[in-house]
Amino acid sequence: MKKLMLGNEAVARGLYEAGCSFVSSYPGTPSTEITEYAAKYNEIYAEWAPNEKVALETAFGASLAGKRSFCGMKHVGVNVAADPLFTVAYTGVNAGLIIGVADDPGMHSSQNEQDSRHYAIASKIPMLEPSDSAESIAFVKEAFDISEKFDTPIFIKMCTRVAHSQSIIEESERVLPTAKPYEKQGEKYIMMPGNAKKRHPIVEQRTLDLIELAETAWFNRIEDGSDNTVGIITSSTSYQYVKEVFGDKYPVLKLGMINPLPVNKIKDFAKKVKNVIVVEELDGIIETHCKNIGVSVIGKEIFGNIGEFSQNLVAEKLGVDAPKGVALSENIPMRPPVMCAGCPHRGLFYTLKKNKLTVMGDIGCYTLGAVAPLAAIDTTICMGASVSSIHGFNKANDGETDGKTVAVIGDSTFMHSGVTGLINIAYNGSNSTVIILDNSITGMTGHQQNPTTGYNLKGDPCSKIDLEALCKSVGINSVRVVDPYNLDECDTVIKEELAKEEPSVIISRRPCALLKYVKHAGPIKVNTDKCIGCKSCMRIGCPAVSVINGKVKIDNTLCTGCGVCAQMCKFDVFEAVKEA
Amino acid sequence: MQTKNIMIVGVGGQGTLLASKLLGRILLSKGYDVKVSEVHGMSQRGGSVVTYVRYGDKVYSPVIDKGEADYIVSFEILEAARWVEYLKDGGTIITNTQEVNPMPVIIGACEYPQELEAKIKALGINLDAIDALSLAEQAGTSKAVNIVLMGKLSKYFDFTEEDWMTAIEQSVPPKFLELNKKAFLLGKEA
Ligand SMILES: Cc1ncc(C[n+]2csc(CCOP(=O)(O)OP(=O)(O)O)c2C)c(N)n1
Repeated sequence: MKKLMLGNEAVARGLYEAGCSFVSSYPGTPSTEITEYAAKYNEIYAEWAPNEKVALETAFGASLAGKRSFCGMKHVGVNVAADPLFTVAYTGVNAGLIIGVADDPGMHSSQNEQDSRHYAIASKIPMLEPSDSAESIAFVKEAFDISEKFDTPIFIKMCTRVAHSQSIIEESERVLPTAKPYEKQGEKYIMMPGNAKKRHPIVEQRTLDLIELAETAWFNRIEDGSDNTVGIITSSTSYQYVKEVFGDKYPVLKLGMINPLPVNKIKDFAKKVKNVIVVEELDGIIETHCKNIGVSVIGKEIFGNIGEFSQNLVAEKLGVDAPKGVALSENIPMRPPVMCAGCPHRGLFYTLKKNKLTVMGDIGCYTLGAVAPLAAIDTTICMGASVSSIHGFNKANDGETDGKTVAVIGDSTFMHSGVTGLINIAYNGSNSTVIILDNSITGMTGHQQNPTTGYNLKGDPCSKIDLEALCKSVGINSVRVVDPYNLDECDTVIKEELAKEEPSVIISRRPCALLKYVKHAGPIKVNTDKCIGCKSCMRIGCPAVSVINGKVKIDNTLCTGCGVCAQMCKFDVFEAVKEA
Repeated sequence: MQTKNIMIVGVGGQGTLLASKLLGRILLSKGYDVKVSEVHGMSQRGGSVVTYVRYGDKVYSPVIDKGEADYIVSFEILEAARWVEYLKDGGTIITNTQEVNPMPVIIGACEYPQELEAKIKALGINLDAIDALSLAEQAGTSKAVNIVLMGKLSKYFDFTEEDWMTAIEQSVPPKFLELNKKAFLLGKEA
């Protein structure tokens, strides 16, 4: 039966059909749903690891144990998993091992636009790149076969438009692979220099063998055209844009395997056409390869390596008229994402701003604390960087910034890579204050459980990290807990902790307002007669609060009744909030 | 058949994804090739969101570009204005008249533009505007704005009421079914 299926769900379907039985991942847009959908199959054990490095090492262990395994992450996750990655490339696998990575051209939800194809090349690991949901299923199955046949981990590379687009698929039955019990093989799995030296030539030979495969495999296909003046080499979602614009006019070499790339197939294709154009998003990976093998192509000089493509962009760059619409001459205000009404992060960030602190930020919903009117964050680099960089900042400033600087980090991010930075603060002794924004969930990526929540990916209760005890045990003596809905308490505790001559941790604890189990007091009531229109309540930047014609107005469809706005008011306009 | 394009635009949290799911279901059941493209993550936090629904004999690109949309279904009038340029010459905009202030307006950095309906119409665009929020509340919940707008959109398609009802049944939880059916009919008759 035909079905519409999201690209990421199709990857999960492919895992199921190929007999995969083990998944360990860390969430990250646009990769998260692969693992969430995989977890719905009872036949697949699936978990959220605390970070991508742990996830990949775990999945490797499962492959060693003889189970087809998968590990999913977003493009920047590969930076975290890079250490095991480059060496698992040497050891190879027992049962098939797929690393699913999702790039985000256009940076819909990411801090950079890195091109993960570089990792496939650098680590000498093959990479398949589907361009729709049906291919996602087919490529996952193919990937397990390649992984086992060539004894290598393998990447499946998604991008936002493939991961988050639904297209038509057909399901088939799950087929279990033949059992592969673990066998002790020190020379293959113990990567100390003597053994690794023997493995490296094997890796190089493997790449040559994979190039052979690339020359003939079905997933690198030529589609004939009627006009041979131009031939287009492309892959992933760019293939869809090319076909949208040109249909069957020009011959197309559609590459499903992006590492390693074929040599003769490209040369033969180029011989049949007058000009070769390479259409690929981000960096010129295919283009550089073509030039290296002596095929002259046109690519990045017209397409550039920034942002995502579309059919109109491909058309315009290649001299075809693209449709145009008419825009309003009106100035349309931007609508950037904002912290939700009732978000527990809001009160805390208001307090930081009020105290004019320098704030080392991190990645999560709370990064929105950087947006006006809160505008309370100074830096955002990568997960965990807040805790490590405040230490360097305070140390280098010789105590001058100690009482004026904080680091903020979410619960999931703290588990991911914040705790090592905190160990450094304690070990190398800086007088730094770290605020853990514990909203009891991984919010930004859409509510995934993590080691601090007490539940696992399947929703079952499990061991729950005691954050207070953890911070104390690494050597932080001053650990306090505040309720971010209580502005006075936040203000007092932050001032007290910053005044201390020792490192400290403040845990700002309130579950995410969007969690199903969280009860809300309901929209706050206002007595507009008392309102003088001073707009103090608007300084917290809540989307439910506005002042219209000089009087406060509450959006009852959004307001949760958290009462933070009421604490801003000196005129008794807001009615007391009853505990839900 | 040439590929047809429907864009669904709104504010993160308004339920645009359910509308695209419903459209996808109905178009698939009619034997079309279909692609539906959404963006998850960051922009869902109250930001401007857009979903693309494309169908025809063979659909390649998952996205809709400027000047391509046959229909834009907008959950909020400012969002309709934002995406006008994506409408094809002769296309139609179906919009909710509801206004949701974006943060720059809330903090007073800029004004919410006035008389958007008239300004969009002045471009010669077919604009079909309804107060979907009131109709949704009439059906029982403000959350049904998406289904009200689908009801309105249904008038532009040849599918039977039964086709739509089946797709609704497949897309919403059973306990909200009656409410959503009512919302659909209110939108259709508006
Ligand atoms: C290495 C890496 N992996 C994954 C992500 C995607 N990501 C961004 S923020 C985040 C976690 C946010 O959760 P939390 O720290 O609990 O903060 P919240 O969003 O709940 O406020 C994740 C997984 C990333 N940016 N970098």
